[in-house]
Amino acid sequence: MSRNGIGAKKIQWKYYINYIVIFAVAAFYTVLSLTGNIKQSETSLLEKIAIAIILASSLGMVVGFLGELSLGHAGFMCIGAFLGGKVSAILAESLGNGILTLVISVIIGGVAAALFGMIIGLPALRLRGDYLAIVTLAFGEIVRTVIMNLPEGLFGGTLGLKTPRFNNKHLFIIAFILVLVCIAVIQNLLRSRHGRAITSIRDNEIAARATGIDVTKYKLLVFTISAFFAGVAGVLYSYTQSNVQSTNFDYNYSIEILVMVVLGGIGSINGSIIAATLVTFLNVKLQTILTGDLAVLQNLFYALILILIVIYNNAPGLKGFREKYNFKSIFGKIFKRKSVAEAPNASGGAAPENNQGEEN
Amino acid sequence: MDFLTALINGLSSGGTYAIIALGYTMVYGIAKMLNFAHGDIIMIGGCVMYSVLSAKGNPLLAILAAVVFCVVLGVTIEKLAYKPLRGAASLAVLITAISMSYLLQSVAQIYLKSGTPALSALRLEGSVNIGSFRIDYSTILTLAVTIVVMVALSLFVKYSKTGRAMVAVSEDRDAALLMGINTNFIITITFAIGSALAAIAGYLMLCKAPILTNTLGSMPGIKAFAAAVIGGIGSIPGAMLGGILLGVVESISYSIPVLAPFTEAVEFSILIIILLVRPSGILGKMRREKV
Repeated sequence: MSRNGIGAKKIQWKYYINYIVIFAVAAFYTVLSLTGNIKQSETSLLEKIAIAIILASSLGMVVGFLGELSLGHAGFMCIGAFLGGKVSAILAESLGNGILTLVISVIIGGVAAALFGMIIGLPALRLRGDYLAIVTLAFGEIVRTVIMNLPEGLFGGTLGLKTPRFNNKHLFIIAFILVLVCIAVIQNLLRSRHGRAITSIRDNEIAARATGIDVTKYKLLVFTISAFFAGVAGVLYSYTQSNVQSTNFDYNYSIEILVMVVLGGIGSINGSIIAATLVTFLNVKLQTILTGDLAVLQNLFYALILILIVIYNNAPGLKGFREKYNFKSIFGKIFKRKSVAEAPNASGGAAPENNQGEEN
Repeated sequence: MDFLTALINGLSSGGTYAIIALGYTMVYGIAKMLNFAHGDIIMIGGCVMYSVLSAKGNPLLAILAAVVFCVVLGVTIEKLAYKPLRGAASLAVLITAISMSYLLQSVAQIYLKSGTPALSALRLEGSVNIGSFRIDYSTILTLAVTIVVMVALSLFVKYSKTGRAMVAVSEDRDAALLMGINTNFIITITFAIGSALAAIAGYLMLCKAPILTNTLGSMPGIKAFAAAVIGGIGSIPGAMLGGILLGVVESISYSIPVLAPFTEAVEFSILIIILLVRPSGILGKMRREKV
């Protein structure tokens, strides 16, 4: 699938480790659910994790590889959730509430969100950095307000859209298949020659343009694909809910997705996957532990951790410190005896985290 | 007559946006960063007013305490969170600012215990009636404060030594440093002024609707930020223009029944349209990117 270069016979496992881990987890739970040993709370957690992974990895592509900050990811998800939810509600009457309905609504929701992604990508060609961030934020808010205030017959207005909740405990299997598709698309895109072009735009747009890279095309491409998957996540979300509220998709939600991307490490899709899993898992688990006034502490810690991580990773004054004590050098020492230099780094992070998912 | 009322209300809420937008725009002009937490400083100011009011009961003292506290808070945030990142990628600074906004919101939520107290002592009731035409005192106060702040700030920037230094730093930080300007001090001063303005804006908001929540500042903050961008971020007259423009558009759109539910969408659409036509805002300087 990915290009290992001409003559590279050896399969580079580090490229596939994320598929393998996700597949293994999904297969494990599929067996559990087929034998009937799975609880409702577990499947709903798995669904949430799958949605978060799709959202975080698609946003991670924009933030980490195109180098533009998008604060409207929840807006694309909102489009997917409402359009996909509406389509599934219509189709459920004629086609029945089965796989076919789900596939059609996922495609329609994704494509609709992708169209909007392309529209929002257009200003991205003229605007950079902070300006683009505010435009995407504005876009997300526009989508939310418009959907909320359209006539009730269309998207349910302030009451929310009633969707035929896909009352099937096997939904998470479909969700994980979509996760694998999403990661495969994003990863192969980023590892291809197009991916190199995208990262070159991030590093220096003028230089990229000068070397003949079609900046317009690639920026639109990244925004469109990222929006597509946000839309897909939205449709999945609408399937897990019986009533979709547009107030859920405010800009705080976009920021929550951004938190996952930043925690996982900007510029690392695997990092986004791990952080999405961890944050969602913690969110769900802490909800039962931290009740009442304590619930606030969760946001407080997220904010603090985020600030510390960003300062640690970026502060020019900490450069020496960073080079001395970082994950790579620490992991490097542990795995020194293994001949593969980089591989444990990716797996070392991914494996223990996903085991955690299995324990519960 | 309805239109005139909408216009005056718009000028008033636009004035509040303009005062908040000044904080955004000054910080952006001088520190070259978006202080996303600016809106939440407004809310923290509200919390200080609440605590002073419940302890002493004196509104004037409460406002003064809020201004002082916000100045200290703004400067502290700058020193602790933003200063280490000076010279880092703008994405990193932006994310830190967003997290800071989250942090302030959760701290406030802990302080308010998820309640929404009413600061009725701050409320300014009553109105002037000219025939059938009615203007609230709070509207007049907001307009007056806005004009005073704008004039004072313009004079400060134009004539005082510190103000001139601020202009110099925003034009070219390195050159200003070579001319012997203490850029760190100027940045601190900018954050202090911005935060003081945020506290004042907080009072103006609370005197109309005295309900304190931990997200009091986030929507007005985002709108004021949009206003700063519309006017041309980094430009002080631009922030004033953008704020007033946004306030008037909001108020007029709100008075038209068909558009009323979509007011927020209208405001943000204006932002997007203006940015598409003039990527650096109405009064912003066009900067050509060079290698």
